[in-house]
Amino acid sequence: MLYIKCPYCGLRAQKEFSYGGDATVKRPNINEEVSNEDWDNFVYMRKSPRGKHIELWQHIAGCRQWIKVQRDTATHEIFQTAKVTEEIR
Amino acid sequence: MSQPFRLNKEGLINRNKKISFTFNGKKLFGYEGDTIASALIANGIHLVGRSFKYHRPRGFFGAGVEEPNAKLQVEFNGHSEPNVNATEMELVEGLSATSQNCWPSVNFDIGAINNFLKMFFPAGFYYKTFMWPKSFWYKIYEPFIRKAAGLGVASLEKDKERYEHKFEYCDLLVTGSGPSGLASAYAAAKNGAKVILAEDKPRFGGTLLTDDVSIDNLSGKDWAEKIVSELKSMPNVTVKNRSQVFGYYDHNMLVMFERVSDHLEKKSKFTPRQRLWYIRAKETILSTGSIERPIVFGNNDTPGIFLSAAAKEYMKVYGVLVGKKPIIFTNNDSAYETALEFKKNNVEPIILDTREEHSSELIDEAKSKGIDIRFSHGVIVANGYKKVKSAKIGKLNKDKNSFEKIETIDCDCICVSGFWTPSVHLASQSGNKLKYDEKIDAFIPDKKKQHETSVGAANGSFTLEQSLKHGFENGAYLSAKITDTKTEIAIPNVNEKKYGAHDKFWCMPLPKNENPKRFVDFQNDVSVSDIEIALREGYRSIEHVKRYTTLGMATDQGRTSNLNGLQLVSNIENKIVPEVGHTTFRPPFTPITIGTIVGREVGMEYMPTRKTPMHEWHERNNAVFVDAGAWKRPRYYKQGNETLFEASKREAKNVRENVGICDVTTLGKIDIKGPDAAEFLNRVYTNAWMKLPVGKARYGLMLREDGIVMDDGTTTRISENHYHMTTTTAQAANVLSHLEYYLQIVWPELNVNVVSTTEQWAGAAIAGPKSRDMLSKLYPDLDVSNDALPFMGYKEIDFFGVPSRIFRISFSGELAYEINVKSDHGLFMWEKMMEVGEEFGNQPYGTEALSTLRIEMGHVAGPELDGRTIPSDVSLNGLVSKKKDFIGKNSLGREAFNVESRQKIVGLIPIDRKSSIPEGSHIVKDKNVKSPNPKLGHVSSSCWSVENNNPFSLAIMKDGKNMIGKKFFAVSPLKNKSIEVEVISSHYVDPEGKRVRS
Repeated sequence: MLYIKCPYCGLRAQKEFSYGGDATVKRPNINEEVSNEDWDNFVYMRKSPRGKHIELWQHIAGCRQWIKVQRDTATHEIFQTAKVTEEIR
Repeated sequence: MSQPFRLNKEGLINRNKKISFTFNGKKLFGYEGDTIASALIANGIHLVGRSFKYHRPRGFFGAGVEEPNAKLQVEFNGHSEPNVNATEMELVEGLSATSQNCWPSVNFDIGAINNFLKMFFPAGFYYKTFMWPKSFWYKIYEPFIRKAAGLGVASLEKDKERYEHKFEYCDLLVTGSGPSGLASAYAAAKNGAKVILAEDKPRFGGTLLTDDVSIDNLSGKDWAEKIVSELKSMPNVTVKNRSQVFGYYDHNMLVMFERVSDHLEKKSKFTPRQRLWYIRAKETILSTGSIERPIVFGNNDTPGIFLSAAAKEYMKVYGVLVGKKPIIFTNNDSAYETALEFKKNNVEPIILDTREEHSSELIDEAKSKGIDIRFSHGVIVANGYKKVKSAKIGKLNKDKNSFEKIETIDCDCICVSGFWTPSVHLASQSGNKLKYDEKIDAFIPDKKKQHETSVGAANGSFTLEQSLKHGFENGAYLSAKITDTKTEIAIPNVNEKKYGAHDKFWCMPLPKNENPKRFVDFQNDVSVSDIEIALREGYRSIEHVKRYTTLGMATDQGRTSNLNGLQLVSNIENKIVPEVGHTTFRPPFTPITIGTIVGREVGMEYMPTRKTPMHEWHERNNAVFVDAGAWKRPRYYKQGNETLFEASKREAKNVRENVGICDVTTLGKIDIKGPDAAEFLNRVYTNAWMKLPVGKARYGLMLREDGIVMDDGTTTRISENHYHMTTTTAQAANVLSHLEYYLQIVWPELNVNVVSTTEQWAGAAIAGPKSRDMLSKLYPDLDVSNDALPFMGYKEIDFFGVPSRIFRISFSGELAYEINVKSDHGLFMWEKMMEVGEEFGNQPYGTEALSTLRIEMGHVAGPELDGRTIPSDVSLNGLVSKKKDFIGKNSLGREAFNVESRQKIVGLIPIDRKSSIPEGSHIVKDKNVKSPNPKLGHVSSSCWSVENNNPFSLAIMKDGKNMIGKKFFAVSPLKNKSIEVEVISSHYVDPEGKRVRS
């Protein structure tokens, strides 16, 4: 079971969190024209890397904040966590 | 009542307390501190079970977790448990143990005929035999195999025991209380670290209890006792016996299985039987020790053959002799200690040592005590069926592949030692890639992957001096990193016997023309020839060999067989062991009970139960409940002998004719506040929200980004910057997360806050043509006219002195209102409604009637919004704005969503107006077409229309709108029904929606 450091609450067990997918995907701006290709990439296309992956988790049984987690998908090592407004280098 | 194999003095058992038990119906006794195994051996009983495949007689082989054979069905404390390890289970008064996998009895087992048919049961026999005729598999072969190859029988009774889970955090977890574990725990505790010391056995000390050593002039056992009692007195240390750390998971999470009360005769009601510990440790010391491995020889599974260390443990811990005429068969010095222990107890052992004549401290001591030592010797085959009687032994030639001399000698037990295998299971589970250590012919941990440090025998160091040194050093080093404290501890003086080098010898050759079974894996009956077959048939990967032969797959996980299996494969393949590699070590290390995994999450505690404030009233009034997620909702209120069908019809009809009330507390409610709330709603919902006035509600539809409908509900503007959103019961949590996602990540610039208020409000719907009359009685001061409170209107007004909210919204399609009061007043509101409504013929209605009402109105719900439908599929395209952007809008333009023949919602009625159409039925053109019959759609919801008094269903059907008026079949192979139906509009009742606006 992973041990995730919520930037608001500190280290908490995985069962308090809910997974939210790739954190690097950016939604096209609202009220702006978007090409079919860009839209499809946003809705459907995801990479499945082996190794470092920046992803979203929500601290659902805690502060309910969405957070960013940089995790190794093969070893589960967590390198860094951050608020969604912060960048992960 | 005498115990022929019990020593007079030796052992750590309590001879003042006799414990009686039965084995296969026979009354026996042992002492407090005995295991089932030690008590049976004391009574001279060795035959305890039959083997898995060949039903060969089997006895005890080990003295702890390594035991492959002695798995018993045990009844104690009122329950029956299969596959109990007799070498681990402590004796309790009244325990009753029986042998497994034998019929009619362990002494006379008909299945043993398999032993003579063994040519039919080679490796992979499951895949080769019983293949023809095919139809025989289910009815004859499989039941036969299942009956023949079995372990114990699981109880069919409900488990009455209590099991618990515990979460714990510590600086250092020490797994195993042998010398290295005790030293590590002690050093870390002295540095002020929070330490948990876990020991699988009832007694602390590991090998210190059995080895002839001294530490600081104390015996090993006394030193262990001293350290443990000091640790127990320290507030920063938790010391646990009977606790097996069985799994090493991510981020240093370890899981431990504690046998809390299995060894107790009496316990209090709330004492759990077993407890599962989730331990998050900053650092872990793996001091799991090592397990002796056997040397493979002919009929090496005969009862009376033991691991030599087990034989020593039976003498030293339990005061029990495994035999009085022992052969010690070894390739190393450690078995000499067993021989010396026999000698000390006046039993004359014969030592067969595969090594050539040489000298070491232990050999010299054995010689000086006059023990018969035969170098270059080994056991070729054990004789005896249910108990070893003699052994054919041979003098090996220089190459150790044939014999210079063969003779038979009498014996009643053979104690075998093929050197030691470190227990690297936890290290491997942590992600540590193991490395092969040529010095000890076994795998040891390599580079760390998590915060784990293996010490002592688990790390391949087999001397006490080294183990203690590593333990103290690592315990001090790891804890100092955490506590920043360094307490100097003097490493004690150690007195132990020096071992000479072991012999890299693991399997006895066979003389010509002799072919007894030589078992590698006892528990799954895998012999040398089985592995040879697998390799001959082309299996190369050790993982494939494992699966084909079942080597190492049984409950003992190959603890005594894995390395010998690898040796055999590497010999045949002409590879070295590290090239062959090892199979994966998986948790749990030892079998654990299902009850422990489940813990307290059984019955009512399986998941939380959510009850509305009116629940108690529903119960009092014969409500039959249905689960809606964690909620309990009244499905119908039973009157007399009514069936569900009759009751729901009555309730729905009453709503259509008079008035009814329904508990709608479970609907999700979300409070939305902030200056940008309107803008936010406008993006979240498909329809327009910028112009909704204060005091008005609106129906809204939300999509996922892929254009699929996510949820629907009404949202009301309470004040300028304050909205009250409702969601479906099922989607409440998802919708909240969804809103939070957009507010926190996508549009953080919007100044809006959302919070769930589901549990703050109790809700009741009042529906039916007489609902306005009833409302006016509930609110005498309120103008309830259609002008003052129109459809989608909203009012805040006191309800008999209690603040309340009135929403004029409707799910039933009738004139309806929804009243919300604070949860604490829910029951008051409900009872008041029942009281006031009486004169209007008010009746409560449950979810079944609610469904009926919405289905015949053509209102969609979960079965239609099934994650596959877009708004136009369910006739909600009127709610999709063409002007503004919203979540999922771009997806609605997709080609597949816009083809003419796309699925649409329709209504179905049976031609005979009688047959109910099962939900989930497929719509087909011709019911007689052989499958696959092309499917045109499926029935999503069905009801008995109370308005028209015949069945009615909603369906999602290809090109649905153009099918209206046509006839099809709704077929349900599951219910064996096919019903001719006519397609009609999905709005079966009041298609113009006049009633809700009346």
